[in-house]
Amino acid sequence: MTYKVIGKRVKRVEDPRLLTGGALFVGDVNLPNMLHAAFFRSDYAHAKIKSIDTSLAKEIPGVVGVYTAEDMGEAWEPGPPLVSPPPTLEGVVFNSRRQVPLVKDKVKHAGEIIAVVVAESRYIAEDAVEEIYVDYEPLPAVTDLEKCLEPGHPLVHDDLDSNLAAYLVQNKGDYEAAKKEADLVLKRKFKLDRGAAVAMENRGIVVDWDQKNQHLMIWDTTQSPIPIRNGMAARLGLRTHQVRVVAPFVGGGFGPKIMMFYAEEMVLPWLTMKLNRPVKWIEDRKENFYATTQEREQVQEVEMALSKEGRILGIKQKIIHDTGAFDPYGLTTPLNTQSHSMGGYDVQNYNSELFVVFTNKIIVTPVRGAGRPQGIYVVERMLDIASKELKLDPRDVRRLNFIPKDAFPYNHEIIDQAFVELVLDSGNYLPAYEKALEKIEYDKFVQEEQPRLRAEGKYVGIGVVPFIETTGVGPYEGARVAVEPSGKISAATGVGTQGQSHMTSFAQIIAEELGVEVEDVSLVSGDTAEIHWGTGTFASRGAVVAGNAVLAAASDVRKKVLKLASKILETPEDELELEGGLVRVADIPEKSISLGELAVLANPFRGAVEPGTEPGLESTKYFGPAYGATAFGVHGMILEVDPETMMIKIHKYIAVEDCGTMLNPLVVEGQIHGGVSMGIGNAYYEKLHYDENAQLLNASLADYLIPTSAEMPHIEVYHENTPAPNNKLGTKGVGEAGAIPVPAAFAQALENALPDFNLEITETPLSPNRLYELLYKSEE
Amino acid sequence: MENTFELSVTVNGTSYQKVIDPRTLLSDFLRNDLELTGTHVGCEHGVCGACTIILNGDPVRSCLLFAPQVHGQEIITVEGLGTVDDMHPLQEAFREAHALQCGFCTPGFLTTLVPWLEENPNPTEEEIREAVSGNLCRCTGYQHIIDAVKLAAEKMN
Repeated sequence: MTYKVIGKRVKRVEDPRLLTGGALFVGDVNLPNMLHAAFFRSDYAHAKIKSIDTSLAKEIPGVVGVYTAEDMGEAWEPGPPLVSPPPTLEGVVFNSRRQVPLVKDKVKHAGEIIAVVVAESRYIAEDAVEEIYVDYEPLPAVTDLEKCLEPGHPLVHDDLDSNLAAYLVQNKGDYEAAKKEADLVLKRKFKLDRGAAVAMENRGIVVDWDQKNQHLMIWDTTQSPIPIRNGMAARLGLRTHQVRVVAPFVGGGFGPKIMMFYAEEMVLPWLTMKLNRPVKWIEDRKENFYATTQEREQVQEVEMALSKEGRILGIKQKIIHDTGAFDPYGLTTPLNTQSHSMGGYDVQNYNSELFVVFTNKIIVTPVRGAGRPQGIYVVERMLDIASKELKLDPRDVRRLNFIPKDAFPYNHEIIDQAFVELVLDSGNYLPAYEKALEKIEYDKFVQEEQPRLRAEGKYVGIGVVPFIETTGVGPYEGARVAVEPSGKISAATGVGTQGQSHMTSFAQIIAEELGVEVEDVSLVSGDTAEIHWGTGTFASRGAVVAGNAVLAAASDVRKKVLKLASKILETPEDELELEGGLVRVADIPEKSISLGELAVLANPFRGAVEPGTEPGLESTKYFGPAYGATAFGVHGMILEVDPETMMIKIHKYIAVEDCGTMLNPLVVEGQIHGGVSMGIGNAYYEKLHYDENAQLLNASLADYLIPTSAEMPHIEVYHENTPAPNNKLGTKGVGEAGAIPVPAAFAQALENALPDFNLEITETPLSPNRLYELLYKSEE
Repeated sequence: MENTFELSVTVNGTSYQKVIDPRTLLSDFLRNDLELTGTHVGCEHGVCGACTIILNGDPVRSCLLFAPQVHGQEIITVEGLGTVDDMHPLQEAFREAHALQCGFCTPGFLTTLVPWLEENPNPTEEEIREAVSGNLCRCTGYQHIIDAVKLAAEKMN
């Protein structure tokens, strides 16, 4: 093949429309005769509903209807379980409790929906919401992870004996035996708190039931249109072909826009079928804080056994993971925490006991990182603390423990989020780590810069943290690729786009395979009318799973093209080449035929299709990996603390990433930059403050601070390439990578910057206030 | 409607007369009444900057204004900056530098920066960071946006 475009810094084909205001987002969908919904949400986090009075709301001119759970009748049912509990471990407990469309009797988190108003405009609908009156009997809220399992504690779900949502133990080797051999046994408790995903576009859904066609059209801000289509059809008693879900341009996902079957997603389809009119709801930012899923809250007790040389002999861990009021997304997030709690290190003995608990807080599902940052945080913090105790260079401790490159595929012998054994497919960690140390000029900093700046009274510190990211898990994705009679290529895949550049990166794969320009490929990524099977965009899997499905389909089309062209040009296939939209004879370039002409010939108006063949130059193929492709990276930062204000300035930030083959380095770098900004938020700015009543105290962008350009450093990104051995492209995911190591690197750098204080950081996110408290405490 | 307002406004060079509910937010007026949906609404409390438009030459947040407040005035929205076939140099630079991912916040960055670049044709990185610090982006970490502004400044000089 002569034409190479995979791996090039190709400008995005989706950009011109996005840049000129011409791209369709769900909020832009306006239909004739459309109604608007607004929701009455509970102010209480935990309360019995004694009565609901919607009579005044119904009288407001322009209000079409006000509905509560009772009105839904048999259509009322909780959302479906999205990921079943792992079946292969002994002694697993899993209590599945899913969110409901409208609350019937007891509110379980603030923001849960009690009633919906449908009106001629959103303004009128919101007016009517103000006229709904609910009489509650408030109940004590469940908020404390460590106390909520105690006997007699208030219960989120009254039909359960306790607030335990799930329990499991994962074991590798024999930790207790390893501990006996140890020179140092460290034990620490960690507190990892909640953050929000804060996609710039809030959620939204527009539904339109066509009674005459018996067809339901749904525009939804989902990362997973196909599962939403399937689940919606099942809920509504329709066939899948009667439901079409379109996720057009989606303004950021970061996890919570997964196939959640949020309450609003369950209520609106019911409304359009009941009222025979299109209905629209767009979430506002306050609702986004109260109703869209969140993540990261855990309390962990971690024990690490080490030799005096710093070799990790074993890790023991107890995780209490908060799932909020419901657990629709199963154990994905805490399983990821376990999968990352040994990092990229060769750990032979691991014992991890997981308690998942219900609280009266907003539901937890994956947010960019999805449990991984918590795992990396604890293992890296433990290694930093161990290095101090053992008086070892923290770099040497990491070097000693990395999984060596000849040990791959490396079986961690525990179950991962896909319920298969956690096998790290490939890696070469040490060179990436050394590269990071070199790029951040570690030696120069600690030997020259830091002493000089400290002499000037400046508090500057360095932190360098390696991490793994499990990516590219199954089950599968599909892709359809077709040559149009125009010679242009149409393609479709089920992984919707929320900014990941699918329309460009996947087009690059097809362009290279078929010898056309990237601009000649038009890829649809979020429309169930275009492809029937698939799951969605999450878990850093698009480039691996969908990317390789795209390659498989494009390769198959290439075969069909060559077969037909060979017949027409009377030339053996191996003497043909595809370039510039043509198939030509390698030695006789003027002897050629265009892809468009071939497409026409492949779909004849007369004559029978030969037995065993199909019309058209089209193919649909699937890719399902046995296990994931694990990426690796190292992030380093040099930061300065202002001792008066506790404000932080990051002077230098470097990221070395190894995501195997890059489809488009520009896109990879963009993913890293965005991930790091969320990670910096998770480290120092973004914490959701819940009070003892499970009320969220900072539910606005004025109070919940995400990093702006002023907080963000310039990030230098460097690449290593260890191609994934189990997929043809060699790709590994990179979508979540940027966010994973940042809180750990930040904590290391902070401790390094403040050597005069006996500072040991075991919590995240921090903040200027919290850092002040910690320093004050350490001085006592 | 019991209470209405007859609004005259010029948007992207076209003058409009519309009878509206006086409490209509400018952002909703542009998006729903004029169908100029390129102006995005991200927070409705004036923090995120996605809904920024250019009012009489200055960037303002359309979610913080009622539509009647712009009676008789001139507005430019993202649709007025350039077209797919004839983009503004800043739009071109955003594409070249990969300064957008999901693209939801992008219109607000463009409408903030177009007037700013006219007043600051040779900005430093520090000045650019300051200029966009009132616009939130969750995808890019801002770095490619900074690069794009530098690139646009070079192109426009």
